[in-house]
Amino acid sequence: MRWRCSVLWVLLLAPTLHAQIPEAERRSDFEFMGPAVQAMQRDDARNPAMLWVQQGAQLWQQAAGASGKSCASCHGEVASLRGAATRYPAFDTPTRGPINLAQRINRCRQSQQQAAPWKLESEELLALESLVALQSRGLPLAPPADPRLLPHIEHGRQLYAQRLGQLDLSCAQCHDQRWGQRLGGTTIPQGHPTSYQQYRLEWQGLGSLQRRLRNCLSGVRAQAWPLGATELVELELFLGIRARGLPLEAPGVRP
Amino acid sequence: MSPATTRRQLLQTGAGLGGWLLLRPAQAGDQLDEAIRAWTGGATVRSGRVKLDIAPLVDNGNTVPLAVQVDSPMTASDHVVAIAVFNQKNPQPDVVRFALGPRAGRASVATRMRLATTQKLSAVARMSDGSYWQHTIEVIVTLAACLEELE
Amino acid sequence: MSVRTLIKVPKTARRGEVIEISTIIGHPMESGFRPGADGQRLPRNIIERFSCHYNEELVFSAELSTAIAANPLIAFHTVATASGTLRFTWEGDQGLRHSENVAISVT
Repeated sequence: MRWRCSVLWVLLLAPTLHAQIPEAERRSDFEFMGPAVQAMQRDDARNPAMLWVQQGAQLWQQAAGASGKSCASCHGEVASLRGAATRYPAFDTPTRGPINLAQRINRCRQSQQQAAPWKLESEELLALESLVALQSRGLPLAPPADPRLLPHIEHGRQLYAQRLGQLDLSCAQCHDQRWGQRLGGTTIPQGHPTSYQQYRLEWQGLGSLQRRLRNCLSGVRAQAWPLGATELVELELFLGIRARGLPLEAPGVRP
Repeated sequence: MSPATTRRQLLQTGAGLGGWLLLRPAQAGDQLDEAIRAWTGGATVRSGRVKLDIAPLVDNGNTVPLAVQVDSPMTASDHVVAIAVFNQKNPQPDVVRFALGPRAGRASVATRMRLATTQKLSAVARMSDGSYWQHTIEVIVTLAACLEELE
Repeated sequence: MSVRTLIKVPKTARRGEVIEISTIIGHPMESGFRPGADGQRLPRNIIERFSCHYNEELVFSAELSTAIAANPLIAFHTVATASGTLRFTWEGDQGLRHSENVAISVT
């Protein structure tokens, strides 16, 4: 079964292999930051993102919705979700498409707790997401080798390679071809999703990968897809595969 | 009036204006110096003993870690009473003021600030003997490459 | 949303030891200079004062300004004199007054 998975990956990535960063050269965006910001991420006591993780720990215990159940009621200790965050986006059978961790949490709220889903990018949802992501800290990104994801991965790859916006730039042009070079005063990172959710200094708050992608889209003067759009999940999915094997740094701090 | 005279007048006026722009006093330097002077009551401020620790080129001006350490035994008879940090080009000159004393044990503090643009920052320490010491640094701030649009 | 804080204090210390304390509080530190989505300036909402009382004695304080970043970190040192309680208080705009107590054991 395993060799079949490897063949799957090779076939999948073949069209992009020429443009891709060689696997051995992939580096976390962490390495492109200044030492002061790196220090912020390294120390949990000094990482503002831990405010959200703390809130998440409280929400984990709170009963929600008509069910009167909390996350703990079914999952027990949050540590039982170790590894879960590395396996998203995943294929969601009911909606027959990819979903990310935030959407998965909302699905749980609706179906298991009979509670209203949280607004995407809301503080509560970010808090729970970051709590769950923390349980996978240090683990390698492991997007599921689900054949049903293939067309979505391919679409994500196309979006990644596509020139967008008034500046007519693709993700690949900066993050595959010009990483390490400077854009304004900033060094262009490779753009791996290994540190989400992350506290961005620019936001002075915690945010998701989709929020960051939308920033990039605004940056090239493109109309950004709304939060939760399939295109954004497909991009997340492709980025996860592009970064597979890199360890999750959760929660991250970035400029 | 002949066109030549008008042109000459325009050029003279323009040169005058340009000259005024060049000679206009740099207001930004005053904000920092004034704030320090107000806090120290005009006392002499010497350089040294204070170390303002901040990245010379910041990743993002919205959140910039900074630390201040002052060389002092922090005893009852010889200690740092207060540390104040002032800026040159933010909308207002104050950053933060810390009140210490011998209970502090060590004059070492840290916080995170906002920097609107490249500018000078000064950390000034007031000692128990009434003396003032400072450390001034120029910090370079570049804008983030991909800014967020508020919706 | 209730106030969120991260406070790092060593649980134990030797008498006379200088310990480091680090605090972060979740707060927007809205400067009053920023325009909102409608172009109007968002009203100022900052923490103005932070203080640390050690067994009811003030040992450290800070006056913050609009130049302090959101979710302000304040880290400082204090001498571990006796076992007891460290009380951290944040005060500011919109009637903010929040305190947290942390126990310390000094041997």
